[in-house]
Amino acid sequence: MNRIGNQLKQEAGKKYLRYQVVFLCLVLAFLLLIIWNVNTGSTHISVKEVLEIIFRRSGDETQYAIIWKIRLPRIAMAAILGGALALSGLLLQTFFRNPIAGPFVLGISSGAKLMVALMMIYFLERFHSVSSWILILAAFAGSLLSMGIVLAVSQKIRQMSALLVAGIMIGYICSAITELMITFADESNIVNLHGWSQGSFSGMTWDNVQIALVVVSVITVCVFFLGKPMGAFQLGENYAQSLGIHIKRFRVLLILCSSLLAACVTAFAGPISFVGIAVPFLIKKGLQTSKPLVVIPATFLGGSVFCMFCDLLARTVFAPTELNISTVTSILGAPIVIYMLIRKKS
Amino acid sequence: MENIYFEMKKLCVGYHGIPLIRDIQVEIGRGEILTLIGPNGSGKSTILKSITKQLKLLGGTAWIDRQMLNEMSVKDLAKKQAVVLTERLKTDMMSCWEVVATGRYPYTDQIGRLSDADYQMVQEAMETVLAYDIRDKDFGEISDGQRQRIMLARAICQEPEIMILDEPTSFLDIRHKLELLDILRNMAKEKGIAVIMSLHEIDLAQKISDKIMCVKGEYIEQIGTPETIFQDDIIQRLYDVKKGTYNILFGSVELPKTEGVSKVFVIAGEGTGVAVYRAMQKEGIPFSTGVIYTNDVDYQVAKVLANQVITELPFQEIRKETLAAAMEEMDRCDYVIDAGVTVRKGNQGLNQLIQKAKESRKLFRREEKPWLKD
Repeated sequence: MNRIGNQLKQEAGKKYLRYQVVFLCLVLAFLLLIIWNVNTGSTHISVKEVLEIIFRRSGDETQYAIIWKIRLPRIAMAAILGGALALSGLLLQTFFRNPIAGPFVLGISSGAKLMVALMMIYFLERFHSVSSWILILAAFAGSLLSMGIVLAVSQKIRQMSALLVAGIMIGYICSAITELMITFADESNIVNLHGWSQGSFSGMTWDNVQIALVVVSVITVCVFFLGKPMGAFQLGENYAQSLGIHIKRFRVLLILCSSLLAACVTAFAGPISFVGIAVPFLIKKGLQTSKPLVVIPATFLGGSVFCMFCDLLARTVFAPTELNISTVTSILGAPIVIYMLIRKKS
Repeated sequence: MENIYFEMKKLCVGYHGIPLIRDIQVEIGRGEILTLIGPNGSGKSTILKSITKQLKLLGGTAWIDRQMLNEMSVKDLAKKQAVVLTERLKTDMMSCWEVVATGRYPYTDQIGRLSDADYQMVQEAMETVLAYDIRDKDFGEISDGQRQRIMLARAICQEPEIMILDEPTSFLDIRHKLELLDILRNMAKEKGIAVIMSLHEIDLAQKISDKIMCVKGEYIEQIGTPETIFQDDIIQRLYDVKKGTYNILFGSVELPKTEGVSKVFVIAGEGTGVAVYRAMQKEGIPFSTGVIYTNDVDYQVAKVLANQVITELPFQEIRKETLAAAMEEMDRCDYVIDAGVTVRKGNQGLNQLIQKAKESRKLFRREEKPWLKD
């Protein structure tokens, strides 16, 4: 190849070093948080015992159960759902071409929450159990419903601020109805429902993990292949079309993927705020690029790390009292969003 | 014609199914530049949006390289047609070269990786528009002139056979306008790319285009070469210029002249008058001028700004009758300004005018502005 042509390539290659560093940090943080999370909790289990339990599958029976039935699935879920949530935010930001968009602020999580609560109450009262798949479907329907309303508003009003207000209002309405239903629900279910409707990673089973893993990984792979059109879409709809993207199809795919991801999270862990906005922003900042091919996996990893960290805080800060996951993500995430707003103005 | 690359036949365009312009017919070959001119809101953008598939065609057909536009998928079209739009691009952490590289989209693999050849293309396109040195800057932080060049580079590296540009020169200062159009012209000729664009600067349109389409109202007013379009009052009518005039020869615009009885007589010639005339117009003083040869640059401005112009045919001495007419007109005015024309053999009659003005104490320098003392 021509010498000149490689100059740009070489320069572009220098950026890869930065990417590698960021990814390395994320992976290290990921591993560290797994270890840290496994090793913390109300029952003290020493590192040596933890290792024995995990790798040799032997040890004290209670401790074995704590590690295998409580801590590990919870960690796995925080990792899977955290990544899904961050990715969902990234997709919505691409769709609306605005960094403040996210599943929580647009009312999508709340819509899903409403439908899930409805299903839970209905099924728990009648059959005393409810399958994860039904919850996911319900959440998906709810998130699509909210999304539909937000889209209808966005057709009428092209202003992003109005759209956000609409999303937040939808969120309030859905939350109000959910609370109402919980108030009148069967007493035995209230504790469960209440904890869930505030967002929490507690009480996860391996079955939950399996289902979440399947759904999230399938969609994540799809999203990865949406990366190319996402890159072109950053130039706006018209340019994207001129590059050969079927805009309508692409938009539908974006909506479906982001709604499914958000729905999956909500079905298992309830609504979790600010992860969808804060993580993609921090990741782009760190990578110094918005190239989807790099940003998509990094965002997923970043979301996992962020949620595992928040869950750790939720469990430990006021132990033995456990905080809602949203309480922690809000405290950490909201300032980041405010910083984004201020920085955008200047 | 054998060399037709792009053709519109009985094209009908508009928004939401409501036709705005009908019966558009034009054809251009590779390397040719078609420019759409016309007043604001006349539908230039509507036409451009229709041939880039942003709007549906309401009737007629458009052909690109013997393929019907309606039957081409956006994917196929992307390999033939590149666009530069008026909308201002908002990007998030994209460097200039990354913006340019999006032009390679139709040619990259499933996940959009750039090959060595792609990098080469991107670099060449940036060098073509003289923007390779700003490749690493953030696209959000460069000037309007640079932005437009980057967008052009982006379109170039899409390897189009036809390029559509919607007012590519708006927001640009005159230097960047000229640079951009120069690059565009060279690109069209060297790479044989057909270009369709809309321009507000009709003077530039006249100079860069092979064909010009005047867009106004429901039908296309005129289509033709710049020579046929830039004639008489076509432009004046197209833009409905009632106040002031557009000078075809200069491509300059003059404001309307001040009506009334001439107060000042300007002795001018050789281009010395233009500035004086415009100053008079600005201050609202009606004036006459002479003696101007009809091939003098002063004449072009004088004929639209002055109440009366005493003229002489080119390349001869000022005749007695002409001089007498000038004397008479000068006598009617209150003041005389000598714009500073050099008197030689042919126009030595002017000396008599100056002499007479001096005697009647009417002669002033332009800076004195005697009419203000009234």
